[in-house]
Amino acid sequence: MKRIISVIVENEHGVLARVVNMFAARGYNITSLTVAPIPNSEFSRMTIMSEGDPKVFEQIVKQLYKLIPVYKVIESDDFIEKEMAMVKFPLKDVKDNLADIDAIARCYNGHISNVNDKNIVVSVVDRPDRIDNFLKAMQAKFKNLEIVRSGVSVIER
Amino acid sequence: MEMNGARIVIESLIKEGVDTVFGYPGGAIMNVYDELYKASGKLKHILAKHEQGAVHMADGYARSSGKVGVAFVTSGPGITNAVTGIATAYTDSVPLIVISGQVPTFAIGTDAFQEVDAVGITRPITKHNFLVKDVKDLAYIIKEAFYLAKSGRPGPVHIDLPKDVTVGKTKFNYPEKIELKTYKPTYKGNKRAIKRAAEAIIKAKRPVFYIGGGSVLSGAYQLVRELVKITQIPAVETLMARGVLRYDDPLLLGMVGMHGTYAANMAMNDADLIISLGARFDDRVTGKLDEFAKNADIVHIDIDPSQIGKVVETKYPIVGDVKLVLEEMLPLIVEKVDPKRYEEWRKILNRYKELYPLTYSDSDEVIKPQWVIEKTGEILPEDAIITTDVGQHQMWTAQFYPFTYPRQLITSGGLGTMGFGFPAALGAKKANPNRVVVNFSGDGSIMMNIQEVLTGYRYNLPVINIILNNNYLGMVRQWQTMFYEDRLSETDLSDVQPDFVKLAESMGGIGYRVSKKEDFVKALEDALNQNKVAFIDVQVDRREDVLPMVPPNSPLKNMLIFKEDK
Ligand SMILES: Cc1ncc(C[n+]2csc(CCOP(=O)(O)OP(=O)(O)O)c2C)c(N)n1
Ligand SMILES: [Mg+2]
Repeated sequence: MKRIISVIVENEHGVLARVVNMFAARGYNITSLTVAPIPNSEFSRMTIMSEGDPKVFEQIVKQLYKLIPVYKVIESDDFIEKEMAMVKFPLKDVKDNLADIDAIARCYNGHISNVNDKNIVVSVVDRPDRIDNFLKAMQAKFKNLEIVRSGVSVIER
Repeated sequence: MEMNGARIVIESLIKEGVDTVFGYPGGAIMNVYDELYKASGKLKHILAKHEQGAVHMADGYARSSGKVGVAFVTSGPGITNAVTGIATAYTDSVPLIVISGQVPTFAIGTDAFQEVDAVGITRPITKHNFLVKDVKDLAYIIKEAFYLAKSGRPGPVHIDLPKDVTVGKTKFNYPEKIELKTYKPTYKGNKRAIKRAAEAIIKAKRPVFYIGGGSVLSGAYQLVRELVKITQIPAVETLMARGVLRYDDPLLLGMVGMHGTYAANMAMNDADLIISLGARFDDRVTGKLDEFAKNADIVHIDIDPSQIGKVVETKYPIVGDVKLVLEEMLPLIVEKVDPKRYEEWRKILNRYKELYPLTYSDSDEVIKPQWVIEKTGEILPEDAIITTDVGQHQMWTAQFYPFTYPRQLITSGGLGTMGFGFPAALGAKKANPNRVVVNFSGDGSIMMNIQEVLTGYRYNLPVINIILNNNYLGMVRQWQTMFYEDRLSETDLSDVQPDFVKLAESMGGIGYRVSKKEDFVKALEDALNQNKVAFIDVQVDRREDVLPMVPPNSPLKNMLIFKEDK
């Protein structure tokens, strides 16, 4: 089962390694991971998407709390989830109108970010499952597609 | 007052009340050793012969005294040699501070001479670790390290100290108190949870107390003894909890688990309520998990929330310090408990006890290792401290020595580190100079830190090593016999035995070689009067097995009790 947790940690030497090592050492998966400092505080927020049954998750949360720099672990069924994705494909592969591509991107809160003489870059921001859909749509259109996903970030409603 | 970082280390340790440090110097930590020298005796130092020895000594010092053990090592090979010692302390929740030298901050990451990623290596085997980057943070970090090591569930804390930080100067200001936003252990249990658990205990028909190392660490043994006495509920102990109840307590069923007693394991198997007092349902205790305690509800008191519900479903979880929780719980139980309620249950368990007591068949031709342990228990004063190495001799010690109080047995339970017993005994002797300290060891284990005889000689730490010499890596040999059709792959040591007498003598100790029962008693009595590190090399029955035994991954009730006739 897929679940997302938010971990508030103190900004200190090696804290990311501590969290990631704990997952590795205990055989827990990390599907995606995002980290950034929380402005005007001594904390950072890590968002971790992982897989496992509820019992495994209970242990993950407890083991996270056991790490000294972990301030808070937020589990919620009521997160707003957002992920960013960028796709790049060659200009010459574009059969239809650029405006059509832009229209698809806009369905996913995105737009064409850049066009040069070789490539087009489209970026979107949406729920991870909707990002999956967007990528499927793009993959159907373009064989030569480079994809970058940011990993999910969340905030409680 | 302005001081350099090295001096700050020394002054901070003195402020913490540390009197002895165990260690080994080297390039990166030289400035600290220089300040130690200048402090001229205000802080004693025991120079071990190997960093692993130093850390085990600090560990034995800590376990026997309840204080924090401290060790100094240098960078690179110094800290890597210390790793086994740190991991040993970590798995048994022993409070240690290990301070290692490190290459200067500007050289970190350049593959400098004797550089290793020390905090990277110790991260998974410490409660916490620090790389000090600025001398201004040093005093605070040391304060925090001590606080972390001894609070909550105790454990080792490692401080990695770059050489330039030991030179840098700042005003020394040792913090009085410390408050961490992100770390607040729960000591007092939830009142409602305690009440519910107390009611469950009163209502149970077949309850059993399952006493673990947490009862020792929290200093709860008097309360535990009282609880058992008032309720008349039978109890089992883990390896880490030996001595919480006296060996002769009529309600003590013995040790639980792989080499526990039949009665203790059957109590766990048949119980309808298991009350864990700081025990963590280790796999050496539960046997095959699917069949563990099938009819029991679980009460689990533990200061570490991650232990609760980790292995078994727990109906009555209580996060808190065993001692504080029992202080709350005891009055609730005293009021209502009816000890007669468990009479039928006690009878059943006593039947098990009588049916299959811990036993061995003694002999007059050969010395049985169990006899040596029992005999030693008769001869030593009741307050003697016992350490062990790892193997058959360790299990026999846990089974047959008459433990009378907690912290009396010092053994590597979680990690099972061969080579632990002797240096741990030296550390325990340092903390308890007026008590007899005896290490039960094996002919395999003793070789793993034998160099420390010199340390015992130099600092006058006369501990006695009783080597139960079976000329085998006995525990592995036993498994080979039982589960590998007796193919003794690389476990026979009979061609490669040192002369333990000469070995001891060459480093200022004294040795005895014993192959008759009378000689053992004489040797032990002599060793007790010698004031030297002693080796008593006791030639014991080679093929003795540790029994009873729950075979690996079997349910607790399927114990092998007797030696199969071959
Ligand atoms: C450092 C280390 N290496 C290997 C082992 C595996 N091991 C466990 S018991 C044992 C045999 C110990 O032999 P000995 O000290 O002679 O004790 P005996 O079992 O014969 O009493 C071994 C090799 C271990 N526990 N620790
Ligand atoms: Mg042996």
